[in-house]
Amino acid sequence: MSDSPGLSGAPSFCCFHCGLPVPPGADYPVRFENTEQHTCCRGCQAVAQTIIDAGQGAYYHHRTALPATPQLAVEELKALGLYDLPEIQESFVKVEADNVREAALILENIVCAACIWLNERHIASLPGVLSVEINYATRRARVRWDAARIKLSDILKAVADIGYVAHPFDPGRQEELFRRERNTAIKRLAIAGLGMMQVMMYALPTYTATDMTDDIRALMRWASLVLTIPVILYSAWPFFLGAWRDVKRRTLGMDVPVALGIGSAFLASVYATFAGHGEVYYDSITMFVFFLLTGRFLEMNARRRAGAAVEELVKLIPAATTRLPRYPAREEEKIPVARLAAGDVILVRPGETIPADGTVIDGASTVSEAMLTGESRPVGKQIDSPVVGGTINQSSPLVIRVEKVGADTRLAAIVRLLDRAQSEKPRIGQLADRAAAWFVALLLVVTAGVAAVWYVLDPSRVLWITVSILVVTCPCALGLATPAALTAATGRLTRLGLLTTRGHALETLARATDLVFDKTGTLTYGRLTLRRLVADGDRDARTLGALAAALEAGSEHPIARALRQADAAASPPPAPVIASELRNHPGLGVEGLIDGRRYRLGTSAFVAALAGASAAAPPADEEMTWVALGGEDGFLGWFGLADSPRADAASALKAIGRAGITVHLLSGDGGKTVAATARQLGIAHWRGDAQPEAKLEYVKALQAQGRIVAMVGDGINDAPVLAAAAVSIAMGEGADVAQAAADMIMLGPRLTTLADGIAVARKTHRVIRQNLAWALAYNLVAIPAAALGYVTPWMAGIGMSASSLLVVLNALRLSDFKAGTPSDPEPILVNA
Amino acid sequence: MDIVYLLIPVSLVFVGLIAWVLVWAVRSGQFDDMEGPAHSILMDDDTPHVAPEHDATEKKE
Repeated sequence: MSDSPGLSGAPSFCCFHCGLPVPPGADYPVRFENTEQHTCCRGCQAVAQTIIDAGQGAYYHHRTALPATPQLAVEELKALGLYDLPEIQESFVKVEADNVREAALILENIVCAACIWLNERHIASLPGVLSVEINYATRRARVRWDAARIKLSDILKAVADIGYVAHPFDPGRQEELFRRERNTAIKRLAIAGLGMMQVMMYALPTYTATDMTDDIRALMRWASLVLTIPVILYSAWPFFLGAWRDVKRRTLGMDVPVALGIGSAFLASVYATFAGHGEVYYDSITMFVFFLLTGRFLEMNARRRAGAAVEELVKLIPAATTRLPRYPAREEEKIPVARLAAGDVILVRPGETIPADGTVIDGASTVSEAMLTGESRPVGKQIDSPVVGGTINQSSPLVIRVEKVGADTRLAAIVRLLDRAQSEKPRIGQLADRAAAWFVALLLVVTAGVAAVWYVLDPSRVLWITVSILVVTCPCALGLATPAALTAATGRLTRLGLLTTRGHALETLARATDLVFDKTGTLTYGRLTLRRLVADGDRDARTLGALAAALEAGSEHPIARALRQADAAASPPPAPVIASELRNHPGLGVEGLIDGRRYRLGTSAFVAALAGASAAAPPADEEMTWVALGGEDGFLGWFGLADSPRADAASALKAIGRAGITVHLLSGDGGKTVAATARQLGIAHWRGDAQPEAKLEYVKALQAQGRIVAMVGDGINDAPVLAAAAVSIAMGEGADVAQAAADMIMLGPRLTTLADGIAVARKTHRVIRQNLAWALAYNLVAIPAAALGYVTPWMAGIGMSASSLLVVLNALRLSDFKAGTPSDPEPILVNA
Repeated sequence: MDIVYLLIPVSLVFVGLIAWVLVWAVRSGQFDDMEGPAHSILMDDDTPHVAPEHDATEKKE
């Protein structure tokens, strides 16, 4: 909070409540702590007044982010009344005894912990509200109220009064499901833990005491039985259920041996308790169940963390947005994003998330696309710039025409592809699955054999040795090894800006030996920039630049754009030059009048015709496109233009080279251009003027040598070549993600993500191998040890839980992968 | 040793009680949010409403 001191009081020309500029002439003062503060509109004034009057002004000291401008539309407040109708409440309100009602609400505009505090205070202070809890992580509020004393719409209105939006939460959502699952797991764990502790209390004296009478021993056994019954029937129930399902489907999962082990030990103990002789294993059973559940619980949370990437992406889209129904009229209405349609015009304020794909039609701002592309620098947006749903508007309001909504958006496509990739298992994973099934069958046979042998040797030890074997084996580590690693790795890569769309992609990329760039454009910006300016004689280069920019003022030619951009970037900025009577001579250049003098910019012959001199030779650098500038009294200078490699291309290629991968460049561009790019970037293998068939041949020739080729292309025009490669990566920046037929898609502009991708792929490969090796080694050691009688059931329980947990935690290391090469500092990117 | 005949049933009752408290805690959402309470403790409303010299306009520099 201390890092943003300005937030408690925005500068005086900004609204005290929402921070937007106060329009001239607006007079909506509020009194806060003995000082007059100014707000920008009646809404903000009302909200601030409500907050201060309610004695909750401390909010203005604690908040760490500015709230949205409140929406107090009359129609909306009327619409809130709808939520009081019983038939609408039916779907989301839980009716408790008498008039007590409970509902889950989603709160919008929550930006910091102070908002939670404010809302909790405010709602709780309403008469008739029984309790309110707000979850900071999920922004969900659970409110209980007395229907005889307050209506739900009054609660929603009260929330709107302080500038937030509350609406009913859809209970069918996954989040709720997870919460219930988690609560059940905690309850099972708690019961098992309590049972374990207390049973151990009864068991310990029977092991150590020497003077215990038989009836006390019997009493302890009965007490243990009483405590073990809930552990078996409640805590261990999922294992029996899972085993029963497996048996019914005639498959063998890991629950079968576990259920067999627990069940047989329990029945034997019950028999001993009733009969009054023989061994009881209550302590082992409860401990085993507890450790097993602990392992599963930790694993469930770890898995959720590993799979969080998809969920985070889904959560990027906000619930509500501001529509301008009669644009260009500025009247606003707040609507749920689900009701947005293509063609709608929406207003996105700074700090808000853009809810759908579209084009900017008014305003200029910067947008953070980090969540989607891994690119941390904000991207400049102005009129006609495309914007993508899920990105965050940063500096000033944008008016956007929506083009794609819902399932058609880029974000939805990314989520779909990622889901597919994570559900597809590569070969090694399928192998492990099949192995696990066989493993269980084999295990049951071995256990029967061992039991028979021990029955002959020492019948008193048969039961717990059998139980130990059943329990100690861990086929689940085998089954978990691959998916856990893949989920964590693909999630991490998506956040870095490399989307995996196929299950096998990571495995293949890890083994790749050659990386082929399919286009020069994949390594360069794909646009000309001014690289050299050769002034004739002692003329000032800046003045020449200004002259050229003035002559090219009206043109959209790539050269014109490059010259204008170079001039605009010059420092100090040259005095503005205006050209008139501009005439474009296609294929030659432009001509215009500046300060009464005639100038030409273009080919040397075209300029020479005006300058009078014979055509001068351009400087000797054939890798550039040269443009001449001349006036009526002679040549003035030369401009050398070229497409430049991306700022991070060199460092990315170096990192890829360090990974032992040979880089190739195939391009349809002219040989000279390709040679120049290849030389600049240190690419040894390149080929220019390559037609698609030639590219295909080149890749096939590499493959014939046993190389594993990864191909980088734009993903749309070069599908056949991409398909031929073992793994294909598309540069999806701006392109249609859903159409790109590639195994992986680069979502951002950074080439270094390729190097990161290779590093993550290799690490994933290693982790999968480690996991499988561990699962195999563990079982190979544990089963013989158990068969020989060295492992007690509770040790077996710890061993098995620890084994599967280790596998998941090892996989989780992948989600903490740090991007190797930071992006080079560069001014804000502008994509017009 | 006779006291054991009393203590063991009593311990069973205690375990039952603790189990009930735990289940109640889970049901009432005590384990739902592991993050928010850490923040909310910092924002108590026992700070005085009008803190002189702690004025919004002064904080902008």
